[in-house]
Amino acid sequence: MASIEGTILDFKRLDQLARGGTSLHRIDARAKVVVALVFILSVVSFDRYALTALLPFFLYPAVVLALGNLPADYFVRKVALFLPFAVAVGMLNPIFDREVMIRLGPFDISGGWVSCASIVVRAILTISAALLLVGVTGFPEICRALERLGVPQTFAVQLLFLYRYIFVLTEEGARSSRARELRSFGGKGLGIHSFGSLVGHLLLRTWMRADRIHMAMLARGFTGRFHALQPTRFGGRELLYLLGWSALFVVLRLRNVPDLLGSLVTGALR
Amino acid sequence: MSHHLVEAGNLRHVYPDGTVALRDVSFRITHGESVAVIGANGAGKSTLLLHLNGYLAPTAGEVRIGDLSFTKRTLQEIRRRVGMVFQDPDDQLFMPTVYEDVAFGPVNLGLSPEEVEARVKGALEQVGAEHLRERPPYRLSGGEKKRVAIATVLSMAPDILVMDEPTNGLDPFARRRLIELMKDFRHTKIFTSHDLDMVLELCERTIVLHEGEIRADGPTLDIFRDDGLLAACRLEKPLSMQGCPVCGIHLRKE
Repeated sequence: MASIEGTILDFKRLDQLARGGTSLHRIDARAKVVVALVFILSVVSFDRYALTALLPFFLYPAVVLALGNLPADYFVRKVALFLPFAVAVGMLNPIFDREVMIRLGPFDISGGWVSCASIVVRAILTISAALLLVGVTGFPEICRALERLGVPQTFAVQLLFLYRYIFVLTEEGARSSRARELRSFGGKGLGIHSFGSLVGHLLLRTWMRADRIHMAMLARGFTGRFHALQPTRFGGRELLYLLGWSALFVVLRLRNVPDLLGSLVTGALR
Repeated sequence: MSHHLVEAGNLRHVYPDGTVALRDVSFRITHGESVAVIGANGAGKSTLLLHLNGYLAPTAGEVRIGDLSFTKRTLQEIRRRVGMVFQDPDDQLFMPTVYEDVAFGPVNLGLSPEEVEARVKGALEQVGAEHLRERPPYRLSGGEKKRVAIATVLSMAPDILVMDEPTNGLDPFARRRLIELMKDFRHTKIFTSHDLDMVLELCERTIVLHEGEIRADGPTLDIFRDDGLLAACRLEKPLSMQGCPVCGIHLRKE
């Protein structure tokens, strides 16, 4: 639990980064959210053996990192945290799919390896896009952007609250878990049973907290609607940002640019 | 100014599970009074407070705020007049930043953006927390959270301030600053607390609740001098009224 606690604390840093003042930070959140969505859709819609065609997409995270003045090592570590999941998903491909696709001198590379690599690359791209979006926008802003893009307010507010209370909840969970650990003296405690009631208590406490929060909201005149404060404007800059990136992603999706470049170069050599 | 009156008449509350939390509670708090509601755990303090802004409805009897009694129509107005600061500031600060949290009430009241800005600024200044306005609530210390929680209520310009255990969980310095802050408020104030020294300092009047009934209601000093009453209600004299454990001298002559 301590490590989960640490990870969550580390995520608070994303929030700090989101309050940077670069021109990228100042772009209306809706433009950034839509661009990230187009990016993710383009990446995941590729054929399962696509690999080289994916590589130009690294341009987007690289540019966002640079323009947003974000610490690259921090994001690399965060993405690495999720990679084992992607590897686990792709792990069995080389076993089932042994048909040789590429011959590199004496090495035969099967389709399984290619699709496995493709999954990992896609994971890196999509996860870094999502993390970077939070890093230059901030989670609350994303929720508000979603709402203004037409997502029902209930969902947007749910997300907002999830984000606000995930820290409180992890702390509560970590405290309970620590209390259990300290009284189980290195053994298993009472095993899985004690965890059952621990989680149950956590749920009840969460419920009670939700009740108290609702009370605090009602006490301040809440009538079921969240009102936006100073809304930002969707202007020319936003339009340019949105259209520029989207056009690039669509082109990269439809044309295998590394292939084109390759044939250009080899064509010139011939 | 009849706005600032708080009146309870034969108030009774029974929870759905059958627990009788308040039996027959009557009192009248007038403009500018600072009143403490004290009592042991489970005496009914929190239940009483939740009646003051209409979160709980009485099983019998009634509560009046100023010239208003509780109806569906007056509820919003009453909630504006009665600013309630809850015990755990984490429950009260639910918006992404301090600014938005303090603005939550005024925005719900339908004020113009300029007015909201002025209210937020004023409230944060009053509690000395202007420098925190862009911070997310989880990056505040306990004392800061408490002050911001108070600001979220002040921004609605309430006539009556109700606080549940305001000094709970604060370090001595933060507690002292909070007490000084509350001394400056000109509102009608109602506190619940186990911090009886704070009560002694801030409240000229004290209501003692015991098992859902008012056991005593009078000047704070008189109540804390009544050893029999305190013992019967599972309370104790404030530390500042007890003898010094080291030198054995009573600082306050009784």
